[in-house]
Amino acid sequence: MDNAIVTSLVSVVIGTVFFAILAPIVGCLLDGIDRKVSARMQGRVGPNILQPYWDVRKLLLKERASVNTTEGTYVNAALFFALVAGGIFFSGGNFLLVVFVITLSSLFFIVAAYSTRSPYAEIGASRETLQVMSYEPMVLLTSVAMFMIAGTFNVSGLFTMSSPLICGGWAVFAGLLFVLTIKLRKSPFDISSSHHAHQEIVKGITTEMSGPTLAKVEIMHWCENVLFLGWVGMFFVYGGLPSVLLGVLVAVVVYFFEIWIDNNFARVKWQAMLKWAWIVAIVAGGLNIAVLAFF
Amino acid sequence: MGFASKSPWVIHYDASSCNGCDIEVLAALCPGYDVERFGIINTGNPKHADIFLVTGSVNEQNIRVVQEIYNQMLEPKVVVACGCCACTGGVFHDSYNVLGGVDQAIPVDVYAPGCAVRPEAIIDAVVEGLAVLEQKSEALQQQRKGA
Repeated sequence: MDNAIVTSLVSVVIGTVFFAILAPIVGCLLDGIDRKVSARMQGRVGPNILQPYWDVRKLLLKERASVNTTEGTYVNAALFFALVAGGIFFSGGNFLLVVFVITLSSLFFIVAAYSTRSPYAEIGASRETLQVMSYEPMVLLTSVAMFMIAGTFNVSGLFTMSSPLICGGWAVFAGLLFVLTIKLRKSPFDISSSHHAHQEIVKGITTEMSGPTLAKVEIMHWCENVLFLGWVGMFFVYGGLPSVLLGVLVAVVVYFFEIWIDNNFARVKWQAMLKWAWIVAIVAGGLNIAVLAFF
Repeated sequence: MGFASKSPWVIHYDASSCNGCDIEVLAALCPGYDVERFGIINTGNPKHADIFLVTGSVNEQNIRVVQEIYNQMLEPKVVVACGCCACTGGVFHDSYNVLGGVDQAIPVDVYAPGCAVRPEAIIDAVVEGLAVLEQKSEALQQQRKGA
């Protein structure tokens, strides 16, 4: 086999192992901070920062039950591909492949919900599909803009640039921030499954997932959040270590901004989400790519 | 303390009360009492819940609903009867269709009296319930090891 392929495969495997160990820890703490900050914004004391970890440990102790034999397999696949996507991204792999693999993970999650045949889970799954439809164009335009600016889809290629992606792609960055609210499942776009109580479709996409299966879903969300914040940080990375630190700092600020949005906006209907996500994708993404292509 | 009692997710069902107790249950979640400090979340989904808070007495119409929610919850689980109606039937005890307290339908672990039940009493009852939850969780782990 070609040497380059072997090298990239090995780096993806090593990256995935590291991501599988570190991302749940970072994601869990981010979730804990999210809940604490949300509580403070609502004038409450809020739970301990380790509460999400305790929640998952409890879910793992619960009775094992499932409405069918396939649901667990689909959720396992969704978690696996989320880990692989993170592994590819953080080992400096191909960004386009990351986008496709994380979408595959989302599709397995949707299929898991559909497989239960529960009316609430099915509505949640169809709304999750609409969420994927909403954010996917912007994410794909982001990768196109990345290629036009950096000349490569490889995340590792960013380190050889003389200026970060944000310099030529600030409009794409703004568009990505818009769809990030959908991807992080924050209000006003938390239509498939809300973290908050009293939702009209029970728990939406996760209605039929319980105990250890729900624990895996939680861990998957943690890993996804870390990956998406990595995408935010990617726009500021070039050259050496200081730019990586700048990327982390911007990711933290953006996460705080998303929590603020979550606590200040009421949910919208899926029609509004789809319309605005596509308008933002066409205006921000399209114009940025046009400018990159013609100037 | 195990993890079972560190993250008690509750589901709340109003059997047939005057709504006084329901409002107090929700008040416990608001900033004044903020039970999320203890990891308590109102889930609205029996499959995610550990503690079943029932308000109001059980009647011929809703006994099946109460039993269905209880059966859908996964072990370990605890039932808390909130308010006089849920404990004994309360002022509705001799109504033509009222069967009595929640214990006529499902096994109840903790009784929280009051009309309406105070948020402090609900929090106390849930804390009592946590000890039961912990026992049941340990029993389940033992059973798993044995099996």
